[in-house]
Amino acid sequence: MSRLDQTFAALRSQGEKAMGLFLTNGFPNPDATLPILRAIDDAGVDFIELGMPFSDPLAEGLPIQRSSERALSHGVTMDDAFDTAAGFRTTSDTPLLLMGYVNPVLKYGPDRFCERAQAAGVDGLILPDVPPEEAGFIADAAKRHDLDIVFLIAPNTSDERIRRIDELASGFVYAVSVTGLTGSALSGDVDAYLKRARSLVTDNALLVGFGIKSHDDAMQLSEHTDGFIVGSALINRCAEVWDDPSLTDEERLDAVRTFASDLKYGPAAEVA
Amino acid sequence: MPTPSNASSPASADAAAPGDGAPASLSPDDAPDAESYTAPNRTGHFGRYGGAFVPEILYPVLEDLKAAYAEARVDPEFDRQYRHLLREYVGRPTPLSFCDRLTAEIGGARIYAKREDLCHTGAHKINNTIGQILLARRMGKTRIIAETGAGQHGVATATVCAKFGMDCIVYMGSEDIERQRLNVERMELLGAEVRPATSGSQTLKDATNEAIRDWVSNPTDTFYIIGSVVGPHPYPMMVRDFHRVIGEETRSQLLEIEGRETPDAVVACVGGGSNAIGIWYPFIDDMHVALHGAEAAGEGLHGRHAATLAKGTPGVLHGAMSVMLQDQTGQVEIAHSVSAGLDYPGIGPEHAYLRDLDRAQYHPVTDQEALDGVELLSQTEGIIPALETAHAVHLLPDLARDLGEDAVIVFNCSGRGDKDMETIAKHR
Repeated sequence: MSRLDQTFAALRSQGEKAMGLFLTNGFPNPDATLPILRAIDDAGVDFIELGMPFSDPLAEGLPIQRSSERALSHGVTMDDAFDTAAGFRTTSDTPLLLMGYVNPVLKYGPDRFCERAQAAGVDGLILPDVPPEEAGFIADAAKRHDLDIVFLIAPNTSDERIRRIDELASGFVYAVSVTGLTGSALSGDVDAYLKRARSLVTDNALLVGFGIKSHDDAMQLSEHTDGFIVGSALINRCAEVWDDPSLTDEERLDAVRTFASDLKYGPAAEVA
Repeated sequence: MPTPSNASSPASADAAAPGDGAPASLSPDDAPDAESYTAPNRTGHFGRYGGAFVPEILYPVLEDLKAAYAEARVDPEFDRQYRHLLREYVGRPTPLSFCDRLTAEIGGARIYAKREDLCHTGAHKINNTIGQILLARRMGKTRIIAETGAGQHGVATATVCAKFGMDCIVYMGSEDIERQRLNVERMELLGAEVRPATSGSQTLKDATNEAIRDWVSNPTDTFYIIGSVVGPHPYPMMVRDFHRVIGEETRSQLLEIEGRETPDAVVACVGGGSNAIGIWYPFIDDMHVALHGAEAAGEGLHGRHAATLAKGTPGVLHGAMSVMLQDQTGQVEIAHSVSAGLDYPGIGPEHAYLRDLDRAQYHPVTDQEALDGVELLSQTEGIIPALETAHAVHLLPDLARDLGEDAVIVFNCSGRGDKDMETIAKHR
């Protein structure tokens, strides 16, 4: 049973929803990524998606596009992502996946990539521009190195295809909430789609992402899923506090910790 | 009349008959002949290249497109509409002009120009936009998006949208908007909205990213008219099919004029590679016909350039595995060419495949060589070619001398140079 499977099983038995957070490696700067991962880990994140920046991220809205540009402007490479993952792994057992576009992975070499990922304590991969039909180039290597491969479904994915994706995926199935880019506004009719997805995804945990900005969004969308994933909203919050020169790094990390905790448990005021 | 070996369906052979004047049929090459070229395979792969590397949202959209296109390409009514528009609206068949003064000036093979510059809107691009908009209507789509580099594909898309009364949004890099102002004015006059792509190099690559993002956000009502033989399957195959009329006409015209169906060489410029594939494809099984492509070498291969096959490596860009300009870490590199239409770090997957098969030869041509090509064709033939086309013109003198007087060369005069007059004037 992979670390991801264990995490989802444990949460399910406690009746809790899993929270996954996405952060681009090297963002807001290469020194800040690992401290942010540790801060959100303290705040209760259940799994982490570490983004591997790419020059042409074609499914991303502006926040993640800009985070990639910013990371690349610092000269961040794939090796740096492995370093960040390995650094995180020295202090935490929280599952961590690498997420990014296929080309840098191809260039690195699928075998070498999977070997390094495993060595760095990575649990799985999400390649959003690789549908299962094109995943042959990396599937064996991933399996050999105990890496889960998460595939995505979308509101326009047919029932039959959702079933097939569930068979091919491991770790979890990622339900894109909207027909749109990351960070899009949520649409009203997502409920029926997620209900449908829930009935079809039986082998894996089902997580929903794209467009979730608040605890309320998260709880609403998680009704039919095992949990939720937030990326753009975290990136926006990080950009805000790191671009504010009046804040110390400790204050910035506090802000991120609060953001993650509020997202998972609801704003502190309401909890109190 | 000998049937072109790759156009083995009766419809294709009939349509390509000399003197008919009608553009060729779109019917598939489905002859079970192991000797003939059959790429792409069912999953859209040209050897190791091609495929569909797209976000899940686009996967069902591409499935629908594949199904709709598979139906359309064997539907006689679709074929009739397409051919009718090419004849009555685009002005096909385009002439195959003997370049007598250019031939005399060079002193070698007889050179013919396939006059795609005479197509309505001034370039070959409209063959494809006509085909795709017919398909979009057939699929009930109401909104058209496109990317454009030089603006020729944008103009060709805006034109068919005006003709069919459809909403049209064209994504164009900010830098290209500057250097191709005339085409921006044309698109706007035609009723299209030109949206600037301000990220990255602000050229064709980035315009394509923005178009794909629009498509991901509007998968139901929107049809993406891709302008070259790039992108996920079925685009490279479909765009090729809509342009193969260029080569099919060339075959029958050459038979009439020269008494032979095949030339010794066919020359074309290659950015994404649509005009090259269009004129080459009907000759692809005729192994004695040499296929030469001119890539944009910009300032030279050691400077800024767009010579993808000369300097690129395999990778995935804009939904397909092909060859691309990228750095050691797999980030896409910014291309450069004086010609906006060739200023692209990728190339159609079929070209990468033809290069690996050694079926086509690709040659880097610099900005300066292309500018000289503009002058050569303008002053010997009275044809001002587009800067893209001028890259192909540059290959003609050496090739014509090598092949000698008994040989015949056809080059694809893919577009006219009006749009480039500012750039050309600046460099003279």
